[in-house]
Amino acid sequence: MSLTIRIPTQLRTLTGGAGEVQVEGATVGDALKALDSTHAGFADRLFDESGNLRRFVNVFLADEDVRFLDGLSTPVEDGQTLSIVPAVAGG
Amino acid sequence: MVDFVTGLRCRECQRAFPAEALHVCDYCFGPLEVAYDYERIAGAVSRQRIEAGPRSIWRYADLLPVHDEAPVDLGAGFTPLVRADRLAAELGLGELWIKDDTANPTGSFKDRVVSVALTKARQLGFKVAACASTGNLANSVAAHAARAGLESVVLIPHDLEDAKVTMTAVYGGKVIAVEGTYDDVNRLCAELTSERPTWAFVNVNVRTYYAEGSKTLAFEIAEQLGWRAPDHVVVPIGSGSQLTKVAKGFSELGKVGLLPEEPAVRISGAQAEGCSPVATAFLEGTDAIRPVKPRTIAKSLAIGNPADGWYALEVMRRSGGSCAAVTDDEVVEAIGLLARTEGIFAETAGGVTIATLARLAASGAVRRDERVVALVTGHGLKTVEALRGTPGSGPTATIAPTLAAFDAAVDFDHDTTIHEEPAR
Repeated sequence: MSLTIRIPTQLRTLTGGAGEVQVEGATVGDALKALDSTHAGFADRLFDESGNLRRFVNVFLADEDVRFLDGLSTPVEDGQTLSIVPAVAGG
Repeated sequence: MVDFVTGLRCRECQRAFPAEALHVCDYCFGPLEVAYDYERIAGAVSRQRIEAGPRSIWRYADLLPVHDEAPVDLGAGFTPLVRADRLAAELGLGELWIKDDTANPTGSFKDRVVSVALTKARQLGFKVAACASTGNLANSVAAHAARAGLESVVLIPHDLEDAKVTMTAVYGGKVIAVEGTYDDVNRLCAELTSERPTWAFVNVNVRTYYAEGSKTLAFEIAEQLGWRAPDHVVVPIGSGSQLTKVAKGFSELGKVGLLPEEPAVRISGAQAEGCSPVATAFLEGTDAIRPVKPRTIAKSLAIGNPADGWYALEVMRRSGGSCAAVTDDEVVEAIGLLARTEGIFAETAGGVTIATLARLAASGAVRRDERVVALVTGHGLKTVEALRGTPGSGPTATIAPTLAAFDAAVDFDHDTTIHEEPAR
């Protein structure tokens, strides 16, 4: 599956300033690992020691929080958009 | 004017950042917190200096993250702290006070945070004020932006109460209703912040400063109690930010010498059952806050994925506070109870606070021997829909304009002699 990952400002230093990156993967977790393999440093920023998403990182697949889906195991469809968004906002 | 800010610091990994429009750590995404030089503040601040200041949040400027000779100000803060003996008697409590933030310029506590946020935003050179809002913040951002001559763009869920939409649109900014929940709006704004770096989203990229405005609730409560801290404060939880900043405020009063020591204030949280991710985690004894899809009439608290939920949990547990979630029926009942006993008309969030206070009083978590303060954070006129059709929300009677009809409809057993028809 080919999908688009949207990158927040705070992580664009890892993408040379790009706000979107195309990756391949079958699940949300695969896609984020693929992102790390082409742009080193993402895994360190997104995942904690046990490999889960850090608590202040939100990931949305087609605008739905993956925590309402199957988390990192959520399967992705071709052409979908995955957004990485800092959790600390609002209220 | 010189402020006492030394910079920003990540609450999670302690990395330091300059005092710019940053809200999260670019390493771990943890929230940034304003760091102050408390020694210098202690040298400058005094009770007399505060008491001689304006009757607004700006009397506490020494403890705020921005100083300005002419802040973006509609007069937020220094709202009444009302002794609530009749409500206390109903709930079996002793010394109870209501912090009546319905008295703010746009009718909610949000004026405190927005006045701070937009004053800082203007200093940083922003020309557009924006936010994600459940309504109260939208009202306040639109009003303060108008006051400051800034453009405003506020994003709200599409199903807000009429009054909150009208009270935002009237100020002439852009009001964008989003087909989704507040959490959808919030996510959109968090993404927009990356695409519109020249806009000040008060609760996103300016959130670090904005949130500090809620400390003024603690400062005012202490000052209005005669420079004494309460024993217990009950605070509604949406994102959890207000609750954590109220705790920070009390702590700072001790740090800078306005109180003899850092007071031990128990802080309890209030949520609606239909959106209670923080209360659920508190009651389950876990740190894991599971996001929820909100379904409650308390729309101003309908945040299913609360940004400061962890910190609110930590504050409640560390301070010996409690937390509860109440039903929408209890919220409506509590709005009526507060109005009947104290003459204060609260929006649904205030109903959540009072209903939670009632629960915690009944369970003994809030005690009769404590000096208790409950925060009523928004005006009832904003959420009249919540009461429509409930008992006591309409006329007692609708009558023909005749004395006979009046006498038939109104039977005051203690007051029948005032009006007597003359004999003919």
